[in-house]
Amino acid sequence: MAKHHAFRTDIKGLISLFSQLSGQGYSQIGPLVRDGAIMLGEIQSFDDLAQGYTDEQAQGHYRIKPIPNKGLFQYAVGPQSFKQYLHPPRRKLWSTNGTNQNFTVETGDKPQKMVFWGVRSCDLEAIKILDRVFLEGAFVNKWYQQAREQLLIIAASCPLPSANCFCTSTHTGPKPESGFDLGVHEISGNNGIYYLIETGSQKGEKLIKKLQLQWASAEELESMERMIEKAASSMKKRFEPTEAAELLKKTLEHKYWDEVGNRCLSCANCTMVCPTCFCTSTEDITDITGEHSERWLRWDSCFNGDFSYIQGGKVRGSTPARYRQWMTHKLSYWYHQFGTSGCVGCGRCVTWCPVGIDITEGLEELAR
Amino acid sequence: MNKKKLAVWKFASCDGCQLSILDCEDELLTLAAQIEIAYFPEATKTIIEGPYDISLVEGSVTTPHDAIQILEIRKNSKFLISIGACATSGGIQALRNYVKVSEYIKAVYASPEYIDTLETSTAIADHVKVDYELRGCPINKYQLLEVLSSYLHGKKPTVPDHSVCLECKLNGNPCVAVTRDLPCLGPVTQAGCGALCPHYYRGCFGCYGPKENPNTEALASYLSQNLVDDHTILGLFRNFNAGSPAFSKESKNYEKQ
Ligand code: SF4
Ligand code: SF4
Ligand code: SF4
Ligand code: SF4
Repeated sequence: MAKHHAFRTDIKGLISLFSQLSGQGYSQIGPLVRDGAIMLGEIQSFDDLAQGYTDEQAQGHYRIKPIPNKGLFQYAVGPQSFKQYLHPPRRKLWSTNGTNQNFTVETGDKPQKMVFWGVRSCDLEAIKILDRVFLEGAFVNKWYQQAREQLLIIAASCPLPSANCFCTSTHTGPKPESGFDLGVHEISGNNGIYYLIETGSQKGEKLIKKLQLQWASAEELESMERMIEKAASSMKKRFEPTEAAELLKKTLEHKYWDEVGNRCLSCANCTMVCPTCFCTSTEDITDITGEHSERWLRWDSCFNGDFSYIQGGKVRGSTPARYRQWMTHKLSYWYHQFGTSGCVGCGRCVTWCPVGIDITEGLEELAR
Repeated sequence: MNKKKLAVWKFASCDGCQLSILDCEDELLTLAAQIEIAYFPEATKTIIEGPYDISLVEGSVTTPHDAIQILEIRKNSKFLISIGACATSGGIQALRNYVKVSEYIKAVYASPEYIDTLETSTAIADHVKVDYELRGCPINKYQLLEVLSSYLHGKKPTVPDHSVCLECKLNGNPCVAVTRDLPCLGPVTQAGCGALCPHYYRGCFGCYGPKENPNTEALASYLSQNLVDDHTILGLFRNFNAGSPAFSKESKNYEKQ
C-alpha cells in the first residue's frame, strides 16, 4: 500500500510552479537537450526543459533519442550533476590589486538563489554527501553553505533507469525519499501523462498550496508505486556497498589493479562526472605587471599526477595506484571519512569513461 | 630597474606561435612596458644585441645551419623557452622522421643538390638545455602570458599537464567519443586549448602533445577494437606531435608491416 499522500496535476501544474518560482527571483536550473546529450542549464522558459527524450547508455556509450512519450523525465542522468552548481568547476576565490605595500583584496562572486528541477534520487543522495563534505567538521565551505541555504530542490523519480544505473544496489533510488522540497513522479497513464507531487519541506508546502491541486487517488498512488518497482527491478548491475567496502580493504595487492591500470587512461573523466567527487586545486594567476592576481578553485582529480605531487615527487605515479586510490576512497574508506559509501549508483563513471571501464565489473574481478 | 630583454627566434615552423604573441594585442603594450623586446624580426626591424634574459624559440631543427644556430642562441640566453609543437616535439614536419628524406627531395625539387637538410626534424630540447617548454599548435596566448608573467614575478606558471578531457568536462562539453563514437586523443593529450575541438564536435587532434602519464597503448587498442581502422590510428598519432616520444612509439605499432 502507498504510504504517502501526494497531489495530482497535469503538466499545467508544473508550468505554473515554474512561473511562481520565476516571480520569486530564482535562477532555475534543470535538464535540457544540448549537443546530443541531456545537460544541465538555466531554464529560461518551461519549454527549455528536455521533453520527449530518452537515453541509451552502455560502457563508454551514450545517445539520446526522441520518443512518442512527451514526458519530462523519461531518461536517466546525463554527464553533468548538480555538483556543477553547488561546487562549480571553476570559481574565483579572490583577486587582489596593488603592490606589496598597498593592495586591496576582493572576494569572488556570491552564489545565486537557485532551484534545481528534476533532481534524481541518486543525485539527491549525492547532494547529501556533499553536505557532509562541505558543511560538517571543522572547516565549513561558506560558498557552498550559502548556495545550499538558498536552494530549492524539485526532485523526480526515474521511470526509465539506464543500463548503467545501479541505485537499487547503493540504496539511493530510484525514488527520492527525503532531502527535497518537492518530489515529482511522472506517470504515463492510459489517458496521458500526469504528475504526483509530494512535499518534503515547509517551503515546498507553501509553493504547492498556491497551486491549489487535488489529492491523488489511491489508484494513482498505486500506479506510482508500480512504476517505481518496475524501474527498480529493471536495474541489472548489482553490488552490496558494505561488502564492497570490506572487500577493498582486503584486496589492496590484487592483480586487478595492474589489469585495470593497463586499460585506464588516467584521463579523469570518471571523477569529473561523479556527483560526489569533490577534489579541487587552487590556481594562482598574476598579470604581466604583477599588480593584479587572482586565486581560482578548480576541479581536480586523483587521476592527475600533479594532484599527489609533494616535494620530491608524485605520491601516486602509476595509473594502477591512481585507479586504486579512486576506487578504494569512493567505495571503502569514504565510510570512515563521511559515514557512507561515496557511490550513489548513478553509473556516470561507466558511461563516460572513454574506454568503458566499469566500477561494478571491477568489484566482481576483485571478489574472484 | 632594468627591463628584461626578450628575443623571439624562429626555426622550421609556420609562424603561428609568433602570431600568437602578436595576437596578444591588448596585453602587448603592457608587455612592452615590462619587457624590452630586443629581437623579434616578425614584429620589428629594430635589433638589439644579446645577451638576452629570455629567448622564446619557435620551430624545429631541420638543417645543419639550425643545429649550429640554436647553440649560439642558447649561449646568448639566460632563460630559454621553446614554444609550440615544432619546438617541443619537431612539429608536423617530424613526419620526415618516418621516411627517406633524400627520396622526397629528389621527387620534389628540380635541383636537389641545392637542398641542404637533415634527415630529421627535432625538438629544441634535443639540441640544447631548455628551461621551459610551452606546448600547443599553436600555443595558447594566455598560457604564454602566464609563463612570461610567472618568469617576471618568480612564481610557478599555472600550466597544468593533465588531460584535455578534464578541460572538456570543466567547459561542459558532452564527450564526443561517448556521444558520437569519434576517435579523440583528448585522454592522452595535455590540456591548454580549452578543449576546442570537442566543443565543435571533433575529436581532439593532440595539438598539445602527450599529457603526463599518457596511456597511448590503451587508447589505441580501444579505438582499434571498437571504432576505427589501424590506418586512422596511425594518422591520429602522426600529427602535429608526431615526433613526441609517446605518440611516435604508439604510431609505430600501427605502421603497415
Ligand atoms: S562512482 Fe560512478 S556510479 Fe558511483 S556515484 Fe560516482 S559516477 Fe556514479
Ligand atoms: S541511478 Fe537511480 S536515481 Fe539515478 S538516474 Fe538511475 S535510476 Fe535514477
Ligand atoms: S577509469 Fe576511465 S574515465 Fe576514469 S580515468 Fe580511467 S580511463 Fe579515464
Ligand atoms: S571529447 Fe575527447 S577530450 Fe573531451 S572528454 Fe571526450 S575523450 Fe576527452
